Amino acid sequence: MARVWKFGDDVDTDQIVPGRYAPYMTSEAEFFRYAFIEHRPEFAQNVRPGDIIVAGDNFGCGSSREYAPLALKKLGIAAIIANSFARIFFRNAINLGIPLFEDRAAVSALADGEEVELDVANGLLRTASGQIQLRKPPAFVQEILAAGTIVDYLRRYGRFPGE
Amino acid sequence: MAEPKTLAEKIISRAAGHEVTAGDLAVVRVGMAMSVDSIAPSVIKIMREELGVPHVADPERVAIFIDHVAPACNVATAEGQAVVRRFVLEEGIRHFYDVGRGICHQVMVEENLARPGEVIVGSDSHSTSYGAIGAFGTGMGATDVAIAFATGRTWLKVPETIRVQLVGDLPRGVMAKDAALWLIGKLGIDGATYKAVEFHGAHRLSLASRLSLCCMTTELGAKAGMVAFPREELEARGLPAWLYPEPSASYEQTVEIRLDELEPQVASPDDVDNVSPVSEVAGTRIDQVFIGTCTNGRLEDLQAAASILRGRRIASHVRLIVIPASGRVLKEAIADGTMLALLEAGATIGTPGCGPCIGRHMGVLAAGEACFSTGNRNFRGRMGSADAAIYLGSPLTAAATAVVGAIADPRSLL
Ligand code: SF4
Repeated sequence: MARVWKFGDDVDTDQIVPGRYAPYMTSEAEFFRYAFIEHRPEFAQNVRPGDIIVAGDNFGCGSSREYAPLALKKLGIAAIIANSFARIFFRNAINLGIPLFEDRAAVSALADGEEVELDVANGLLRTASGQIQLRKPPAFVQEILAAGTIVDYLRRYGRFPGE
Repeated sequence: MAEPKTLAEKIISRAAGHEVTAGDLAVVRVGMAMSVDSIAPSVIKIMREELGVPHVADPERVAIFIDHVAPACNVATAEGQAVVRRFVLEEGIRHFYDVGRGICHQVMVEENLARPGEVIVGSDSHSTSYGAIGAFGTGMGATDVAIAFATGRTWLKVPETIRVQLVGDLPRGVMAKDAALWLIGKLGIDGATYKAVEFHGAHRLSLASRLSLCCMTTELGAKAGMVAFPREELEARGLPAWLYPEPSASYEQTVEIRLDELEPQVASPDDVDNVSPVSEVAGTRIDQVFIGTCTNGRLEDLQAAASILRGRRIASHVRLIVIPASGRVLKEAIADGTMLALLEAGATIGTPGCGPCIGRHMGVLAAGEACFSTGNRNFRGRMGSADAAIYLGSPLTAAATAVVGAIADPRSLL
């Protein structure tokens, strides 16, 4: 089972990993422990691999820091479901192979702390009250995720998505 | 026949080598790929270790800056910078700008590294700034920039465009920053997500003002922010003859900014779209005033601040930190007396670079403190303690605030 960590609108990258805890300021082995350090200090301590983040509008707005989604990946976040994502965060997370779903109905149906089961490949979410079929990401995103990461994609196909 | 195109569609079509329109995926040639001290170590590692590419595709189209923590503030940053310097030597990268040269976005323009009509990618979100000179600049993460270093190319989805029409002239005491904040207040911090913003009527503003405007489109979530230059002015400005949006291009929406009716604007904690006219927050006590950043650290900005601070003293409880956007700006501000006026008013000057904008050094905030900054982000914890408050506004408003010791309308001191 996976725990739902629910957040509100406009969660910015300074909340996900503040700039002063960047790998540049701390270390590669350490920075991800500061995920949501001020915004939600219990997160990094209690999150378990496989958990999912659920958020409102514009998740990940702000800076281009890839270490924000990388911290979530290192902590084992299996997917992020939000009403919408900020542009650079969306791209960075997909590049790192973190499945993202934009699905307003699912967001409103899910509560913080809820235990769910996620079948990422089929976008199927099982909750105590039933099943939720998540909206599929665009085709080029599915292609990247199927390869693993954008680096895996480029190494495998020797070309860019859409080329 | 090809559809009438926006600036974004035209630039991306050129860089892709075939016609594209909004919604298409395009693979494009990158005019310049830029990275900075805080991200370049990851870019280098991803390029060499993950992609398995030992060298950059073209060292002439790579630019690297030491600006985010310049000079280094601890051992970790010093080591990161050492990695970057070694890479620059190994790769023969000429466009390398070390401590003191200035903020990446400013120097990219000063050194003509961002060129009109090209797609420029940077590992920093405010790469939208290059729209001020007619480039399609966009911010990307470390992996995307590593790919651009390795291949000289990138891929992107051609954005829809929001057309912003500037009407009238800025009144005395009001700056381009105020127009940008007003726009963000109106559209919201996700108002242009995945989209480009095209400014019409902004060609009459100075380069510094245009940079301010384009820089701030990032706070709308925009992929790029660009100034549309009139077709008849392109030649005189040395811009490519094709670099104009076609009059019948299709826009997602059009927004008008009445510059002549604008008042100084302030963004209050904790979001950049929490914007109000200065009168609504005037009187809020401030501990630190910061004039600088890629948004407002240029000569024009320092001169604006000096126009208020000359012959005055900052309030006794305030510290005023001034950080020029580049070494060139610093020299010019020394040569014309601006720096002396600021120092005599009580300012302290930092090494050209990002300074305290991102809360890493040179002006980190304590819990309970309030800072008035000319920067672009006031997210909680951005400049230090999560319990510090950050207000954003123009250099004029910042200077007035430093004098009064509380947020103040600059028009009362001009
Ligand atoms: S001045 Fe601030 S916003 Fe601009 S590049 Fe530096 S850290 Fe980023």
